[in-house]
Amino acid sequence: MGAPAQRDPSTSSYYVGDAFYAALVRAFTDWDRDERAIADPARRDAVRAFLEREARLLDRGDYAAWLAMFAPECAYWVPGTPERGDPSREITVAFHDRRQLEDRVYRLGTGYAWSQAPASRTVRSVSNVELFATGDAGIVMVRSNFLIAELLDGELRHWAGWAGHRLETTGDGFSILAKQVNLIDCDRNLRNPSITL
Amino acid sequence: MTTQQKPILPERVFDFDSLVHEDRVHRSLYTDPAIFDLEMTRIFGAVWVYLAHESQVPQPNDFVRARLGRRPLIVVRDSNGVLRALYNRCTHRGATVCRRDRGSAKAFQCPYHGWTYLNTGKLSGVPWPEGYSCDFSRPEFNLMQVPRVESYRGLIFATLNADAPSLTDYLGPVRRPIDEWLDRHPGGALEVREANRLKFNGNWKLLYDNSADGYHVVFSHRSLLMMENRLQDGDGKGMSYYKDSPDSGPVKLYSFPNAHHFKDKRDAIPKRPGALWAIEGLHPGMEHYEAALRRDFPDRADAFLDLASSEPVNINVFPNLHILGNHIQVSEPLSVTETATTWYGTAVVDPDGELGAALGPVNALRMRTQEQFPTFGEVDDLANFEQIQAGLAAEEDAWIYMHRGLGLPERYSDGGDGTTIGPATDEVFMRDYMRVYRRLMQTEPAIAPTREI
Ligand code: FES
Ligand SMILES: [Fe+2]
Repeated sequence: MGAPAQRDPSTSSYYVGDAFYAALVRAFTDWDRDERAIADPARRDAVRAFLEREARLLDRGDYAAWLAMFAPECAYWVPGTPERGDPSREITVAFHDRRQLEDRVYRLGTGYAWSQAPASRTVRSVSNVELFATGDAGIVMVRSNFLIAELLDGELRHWAGWAGHRLETTGDGFSILAKQVNLIDCDRNLRNPSITL
Repeated sequence: MTTQQKPILPERVFDFDSLVHEDRVHRSLYTDPAIFDLEMTRIFGAVWVYLAHESQVPQPNDFVRARLGRRPLIVVRDSNGVLRALYNRCTHRGATVCRRDRGSAKAFQCPYHGWTYLNTGKLSGVPWPEGYSCDFSRPEFNLMQVPRVESYRGLIFATLNADAPSLTDYLGPVRRPIDEWLDRHPGGALEVREANRLKFNGNWKLLYDNSADGYHVVFSHRSLLMMENRLQDGDGKGMSYYKDSPDSGPVKLYSFPNAHHFKDKRDAIPKRPGALWAIEGLHPGMEHYEAALRRDFPDRADAFLDLASSEPVNINVFPNLHILGNHIQVSEPLSVTETATTWYGTAVVDPDGELGAALGPVNALRMRTQEQFPTFGEVDDLANFEQIQAGLAAEEDAWIYMHRGLGLPERYSDGGDGTTIGPATDEVFMRDYMRVYRRLMQTEPAIAPTREI
């Protein structure tokens, strides 16, 4: 057990263990079912606005504001297979905790990340936003589709897929407990997968 | 079979003595589609090429798709347990027979007209055979297959060349680091657990040129080194041992016969349990699992944590296998200007239960330690390879230099068995492999695929 200072998830990773992985895999298994869908337009609008803001912050490269959308103990997970698997047992395209998300952002900011120097220009579209209830009234699961246009080294290309957000309701909105990004080509060889999804 | 036909278009003739010099190579090796096509025969058709790991086909009838050069293959452990590399190309009119990436099958049926093949490659059925006058039991209608398929301790290689040496002889002294890399795992056993799959718009040799290159590390991977050390005083994490004067440091380069080479960074790490773990970058779950292992296995925790850490080696087997860290990295030429590179992650298997309850935590850590480099390091190298390919559009500026160390014999020592030992940033490995490349490109291999079962 570390002292409180060591437990800061920006500088240490005590929360990612077997229990965390198991809960994460459970939370992202068989969750987008009709009987759990939340129809309420007001809630859906609020979540849609939240996802649109996230897309805007990433397109602008405002990573500090983007990181602030995540809960302190969070996960960013890009599975490497369409079955998604268990990240504690297999390689993913990316699996970050809070500290490694900050690593990602730090690296992009060094100016020496040659895969992103110059940085890609991106425009993200988010659509098909659907909300699903969980056993916990304060937590909602969100499914959305995305299409990212990326200008990399003078060439326009696209990333496509769907995301699952596990959101916790906070006083003034939401906070991301976990984001799972499912690329439709996640198990293919990807050229320069260095933008943040 | 008919006698050998003359090609309809005359083949271009290349003078490889004028394209590959002692100190430099010509840009056309990286840009000319005709040279690329020739490489698919004279390099990939001539030597042992890595195809897959046995853990990808553990049981009889298991298969996984692969390529030998650009030849589409099904690597299968047939119903009798024999490893085979079948051409994934229907004998009838050429359709891809198997369209799943991996799975288990006793037979493959071509979706186009329904010809069916056993997983030995033998043709077992043709719809409405009365419409044919030929004898389908003759081997000429079986799937073509690579005649020589062998596993070296789980690593499956194949060659089309009837005259190639044995796999063991082809590997030669690079077997020592491969053995050491395997033997650091309980039972010498590993299992592939998915991969970081990448590709780049550049020639496949750019990757091989880089594979033992200690010259680029602090420049190409500058952002990674900064990132790995951002939360601490000093530069102890990751590949920081390349800083300052790497050529007088403990990192050594071994250039072996047959174009294999080995970058040994192990001597840069103190010889004590836990030393490898101490230089690991920061990963999800590190502190959690370390605390748990130290609590549950106070005497063995350091050794277990080292097993979760990246082994500081780059072992390169020409032309397409790179063992580095804990990865089995495989490169595949797609075209003269496009290459796939797949970083298979490996897990500890522990056949005799030596790790006990530590196995899960070690592998959970190991998945994360392995993702770090492809995600935050390799992407920058691949961007640099793409920018080399772009730079090589300059036709008049025709040469690529590889002369670091040339003319400075005091930089090298003789490692025996045809091995040259050099300093960390040297390009001797590139000169040595290009000499092998030149000889291969000047030789027509005895390509001998078979349909005999
Ligand atoms: S091409 Fe396969 S059966 Fe005709
Ligand atoms: Fe590198």
